[in-house]
Amino acid sequence: MPTADAFLEVTDLKTHFPIEKGFLVKKRVGTVKAVDGIDLTLAQGEVLGLVGESGCGKSTLGRTILQLIPPTEGTVVLAGRNLAGLRGGDLRRARADFQMIFQDPYASLNPRMTVYDTLAEAISTHKNIPRGEMPRRVSELLSRVGLSPRFIRKYPHEFSGGQRQRIAIARALAVEPKLIIADEPVSALDVSIQAQIINLLIKLTREMGLTMIFISHDLSVVKHISDRIAVMYLGRIVEIGPSVEVFEKPLHPYTKALVSAVPIPDPARERHRKRIILSGDPPSPVNPPMGCTFHPRCPYMIEECRAAYPPFVDYTPGRRATCIRLHEINPPA
Amino acid sequence: MPLLSVSNLSTAFHTRNGIVRAVNDVSFHVDKGETLGIVGESGSGKSVTCYSLMGLIPQPPGRIESGTAMFDGVDLLHCSKRQLSDLRGKRISMIFQDPMTSLNPYLRVGEQIIEPLLIHGKISRAEATERGIAALREVGIHDGAARMRAYPHQFSGGMRQRVMIAMAIITNPELLIADEPTTALDVTVQAEILDLIKKLQQDHGTAVVFITHDLGVVSGFCDRVQVMYAGRIVETAHVADVFREPKHPYNKALQRSIPAMQRKGAELYTIQGLPPDLSKPIPGCPFVPRCEYVQPECHAPVHLEAVAPDHESACTRVQRGTLHLREQPPETMSATRIDEAFTEEPPVSGRHGQQPV
Repeated sequence: MPTADAFLEVTDLKTHFPIEKGFLVKKRVGTVKAVDGIDLTLAQGEVLGLVGESGCGKSTLGRTILQLIPPTEGTVVLAGRNLAGLRGGDLRRARADFQMIFQDPYASLNPRMTVYDTLAEAISTHKNIPRGEMPRRVSELLSRVGLSPRFIRKYPHEFSGGQRQRIAIARALAVEPKLIIADEPVSALDVSIQAQIINLLIKLTREMGLTMIFISHDLSVVKHISDRIAVMYLGRIVEIGPSVEVFEKPLHPYTKALVSAVPIPDPARERHRKRIILSGDPPSPVNPPMGCTFHPRCPYMIEECRAAYPPFVDYTPGRRATCIRLHEINPPA
Repeated sequence: MPLLSVSNLSTAFHTRNGIVRAVNDVSFHVDKGETLGIVGESGSGKSVTCYSLMGLIPQPPGRIESGTAMFDGVDLLHCSKRQLSDLRGKRISMIFQDPMTSLNPYLRVGEQIIEPLLIHGKISRAEATERGIAALREVGIHDGAARMRAYPHQFSGGMRQRVMIAMAIITNPELLIADEPTTALDVTVQAEILDLIKKLQQDHGTAVVFITHDLGVVSGFCDRVQVMYAGRIVETAHVADVFREPKHPYNKALQRSIPAMQRKGAELYTIQGLPPDLSKPIPGCPFVPRCEYVQPECHAPVHLEAVAPDHESACTRVQRGTLHLREQPPETMSATRIDEAFTEEPPVSGRHGQQPV
């Protein structure tokens, strides 16, 4: 759905990984369809939450959008430029526009580089800054993420998990990107530290007008931070809509089950809640079921669900889901 | 009489950087058939408490400095190795966090499930296998006979955790200690596993000690909750009271910092600073440096005391009645404190060695 004010537009994006057998003569014996036909449009300054369970392809989608994994098919248009076609130097230069924040702040920072080195490297990769001006730039970045500039000569091991994640965020902001993809940025952190990082990300997106895709398996965190939520199942988006609405009135049967499984920290409500328990594990993306990939686990399954993958059905403006019985199972109130 | 009663348990680790007091004078009890939740952040001592009871603390560097843990007339901390092995895996079982690493990848799953039976009971292999298949059926794995011959890598994460549970319940234990059993799992699988543990508990009357950092899981699953901070229990109460009427500033701060309990997009409350260094002596309340209600009297030693019926708190001010932590409407909860993070000190180098290995 191309719209006029689309800042990021992903069209029919597919990432397939070959499964090969053999040592010298490789033979292709199958395909993992990690991302299988994603259409996504983000407006400038929008925060989109991407949720789904492990193996649903949400991280692969994030990495494919940033061209860390080359897409098999489809286009990614950021501010009018197709990233999917870029190669070599063009791609490297374009990377100044989009950055990633990773899950594990212990693994994503180089332990042998000081904070200054890490941030200065990020800045000088994309910008020509006179040597003398660099310390000021780095200090600015640090204060922007809530760290004191006097930590500039310290190494990652001298920081706590939350502080390291701040440094990782500073590194992503160093090139003044337009798009940030944050892949589970708070999942490795303790509750109280998680709150600091969530606050920081909200503050930064508001102040800098950043467009962000926030990937997480934690629905309550995603609801808190994003404007819209997209729910993924087996390489495809099954539902998309404004975050509070998706969380409070999920439309797709999978989203219903997912939301009902999120524990609420309120004993009175939690104990009288109806859970939708899904039978079995998600099917393998190597050999997805025919028709709607969710039908083997779906409590609303009918014969037609086996026929073809359902198209998006509009429910209300801005809310869509891929279920042929969408209106039937969600009668208007 | 409680099933398990722990008093004054202190466990320390003697490291190069000093003595880390991971668990400090902890007393609690577990009744027959109840579910006790132990909540806390990493390093709060919740796992070390349970590992101490099960004799799983590597000594050295660890040392159980003091305390008793009475289980049916046996002191788990001072009994002979023989007595402990008789209880462990039979009347007390444990489920660990990571089903990927806690199963032996070289052994068939069946072998691992029936191992406790073969060790504890005078039982033939055939009979044990029979019971293994029954245990698998109980945790929802129906083609048990075939699955017994499979290796752990042939199972998904949720299925492996089911196998772990089957292994833990096969001897019909009276006490089950679950150390973050669902943390590594997806939410839908987590819901299934929690329902499963609850059902087994109802069927067999097993008491469960449930260690977690997730307040949401606690609210639906536990009868009583104790909140741990810096190796101490700071609050313990019935689950509804822990949420409705927090009696310790740390518990309250924790609840204010999780997005699920706040208005969408509202700034989350953040607890300033870091947990204290447990290798240094902490004279008074350990939460003092991060507490927004701190008063001079908070620097004096404080112990867990009843502040309401079935509700204990280790906050001096709550005990004296000078502090009332009522729930505030969400609008007033978003005190802007993020700027204070600018002055946050990095931890002293080497402190990360705190976590016992």
